[in-house]
Amino acid sequence: MSKRVLMKGNEVIGQAAIEAGCKLFFGYPITPSTEIIEYLSKYLPKAGGTVLQAEDEIGAINMCYGAACTGTRVMTASSSPGMSLKQEGISYCAAAELPVVLVNVNRTGPGLGGLGPAQSDYFQSTKGGGHGDYRLIVLAPSKSQELYDMTLEAFDLAEKYRNPVLLLTDGFLGQMMEPVELKEKPASPEVDKSWIVDGAKGRKKRIIASYSLTNEIGEANNLRWEAKYKDIKEKEQRWEEFYAEDADYLIVSYGTTGRISKSVVLNARKKGIKLGLIRPISLWPFPEKAFIPYKDKVKGIVTVELNTGQMIEDVKLAVECKVPVHLYRRQGGMLPTEDEILANVEKVFNLASEEV
Amino acid sequence: MEKVFGRPKGLTEVPFSFCPGCTHGIIMRLIGEVLEELDIIEDTIGVSPVGCAGFSQDFFTCDFVGGPHGRAQAIGTGIKRALPDKIVFTYQGDGDIAGIGTQHAIHTAARGERITSIMVNNAIYGMTGGQMAPTTLAGMKTSTSPHGRDLVINGHPIDLPKTIATLDGAVYVASVSADSPKNIIQAKKAIKKAFQVQQAGLGFSFVSVLSTCPTNWGLSPQDSLQWLRDNMMPVYKLGELKVTEEVKNL
Ligand SMILES: Cc1ncc(C[n+]2csc(CCOP(=O)(O)OP(=O)(O)O)c2C)c(N)n1
Ligand code: SF4
Repeated sequence: MSKRVLMKGNEVIGQAAIEAGCKLFFGYPITPSTEIIEYLSKYLPKAGGTVLQAEDEIGAINMCYGAACTGTRVMTASSSPGMSLKQEGISYCAAAELPVVLVNVNRTGPGLGGLGPAQSDYFQSTKGGGHGDYRLIVLAPSKSQELYDMTLEAFDLAEKYRNPVLLLTDGFLGQMMEPVELKEKPASPEVDKSWIVDGAKGRKKRIIASYSLTNEIGEANNLRWEAKYKDIKEKEQRWEEFYAEDADYLIVSYGTTGRISKSVVLNARKKGIKLGLIRPISLWPFPEKAFIPYKDKVKGIVTVELNTGQMIEDVKLAVECKVPVHLYRRQGGMLPTEDEILANVEKVFNLASEEV
Repeated sequence: MEKVFGRPKGLTEVPFSFCPGCTHGIIMRLIGEVLEELDIIEDTIGVSPVGCAGFSQDFFTCDFVGGPHGRAQAIGTGIKRALPDKIVFTYQGDGDIAGIGTQHAIHTAARGERITSIMVNNAIYGMTGGQMAPTTLAGMKTSTSPHGRDLVINGHPIDLPKTIATLDGAVYVASVSADSPKNIIQAKKAIKKAFQVQQAGLGFSFVSVLSTCPTNWGLSPQDSLQWLRDNMMPVYKLGELKVTEEVKNL
């Protein structure tokens, strides 16, 4: 039965994990993600699961690795510096093809940074992050309902593709209180569990590991992973369009700034500026398909980001540099206002004179 | 004719790939025998590290998981928490467990994680070609301590079982050696006890085994065994370092 509640964003993630059948959570506290481990510490045991506060993030991700090897639904959550520590383990999870769900409540950086919202981990999240050539499926919610829905879906996606899935949010979404409908999770599709380790009873032993004894085996592995990533790229691109169809100009923005940009579009329309929005929902695979109808049509694009300009590189590739792409960014935990974004769009495209 | 000596069922047919005189193979054989004798091969999941010890994943007939250097105990924790009724053990080199993975060694023991860890102490980094390990003895020459381990520069060797024995969650801790028939029998007893402790769900069990690395020590297999006795045994004292009352009553 679904019910409507008012909850903090981070708690919504915790509740969705329970609903998704997550049985183990391994984590280490770090603001602004801590409410996730706190919420689960309180409620996961009631749902028959366990929360273990690990010695550090390295411990936590490797515990996830072990649990995922048994086919158990498992999750870890952290925030930027903690995600840096997890990277080696995430690379091993990708190589061993383990369905682990990861949450990064992005705070500012580099270094210790601050607690404010940021999108500075876009590169780390979408280009691999750790060593080796691998990809995570990266989902970017922009409101509490999406935190819930995407957490639910993350577990299914991770199992479907046997790949780690990362939910990339930020301190603003994590701390925000918003009404959410706690929907019941539809039954998960049956997945193949013929690879898990649970004791070699009546079958041959299994090994889950990623060492390639020869370069030939190494290349064969890389090709196999590459084929999987191609498949995901084909099937899992997600985005939202908002007033894009007839737009002369587009904002491209995800997460918190994607949400703010919706109001910017409405304000622009009131002024007679044909502005639209493409909000990437899957950051990897990046929704290149969203740009196909627009790359020969729109006059310009502005990406709005909370970093020095990271997603802009993927946008430029998606439009094959056929459209001028500009960046408007705030950093260090600062959020842009609607007015300041619109003023920037007007400035870079000389729109002030076009006003009616 | 009755076969009196063969491969234990706990080991696969894959031939050991260790250097001549390396005692890794002896230790793995002991574990293989214990898995068979306790009839737990089908209930056991082993975790291998990175290092020469990492080849263990191919040599045992039970399921195995291999992860990053130093993280076997964290992985073992994840497996055991998911499958509390299964037997989980880690097989790790001294560099793996007492160097890069020290935090897990301490916390796995402190939590009383119901798993068994076997540490193979050869006082050196074997696989990477003989660099200094946390267990390298004072004055011992390695490729990264070419003039001998200088305690002022590199600090003192770590006697990990001694440290682990101080933690409440560790209920059975033993330090044994694979150098002689007598010590190998002791080693097997300790390994067996460690697995029985886990079967009984009493807490964390830990066995450290002194082992040779003739290749990186630059000694013959025979001289390696004597070197181990002369140099390692005085520093890493053998014996059962911790046996709680519950374990005694097993
Ligand atoms: C993060 C990381 N750092 C370094 C290495 C390289 N490395 C592989 S094995 C090893 C040392 C192994 O020594 P030990 O644990 O004593 O095992 P042995 O080979 O002697 O059995 C090192 C440093 C690695 N694989 N991963
Ligand atoms: S390098 Fe040393 S530890 Fe590794 S197999 Fe050879 S002798 Fe054994």
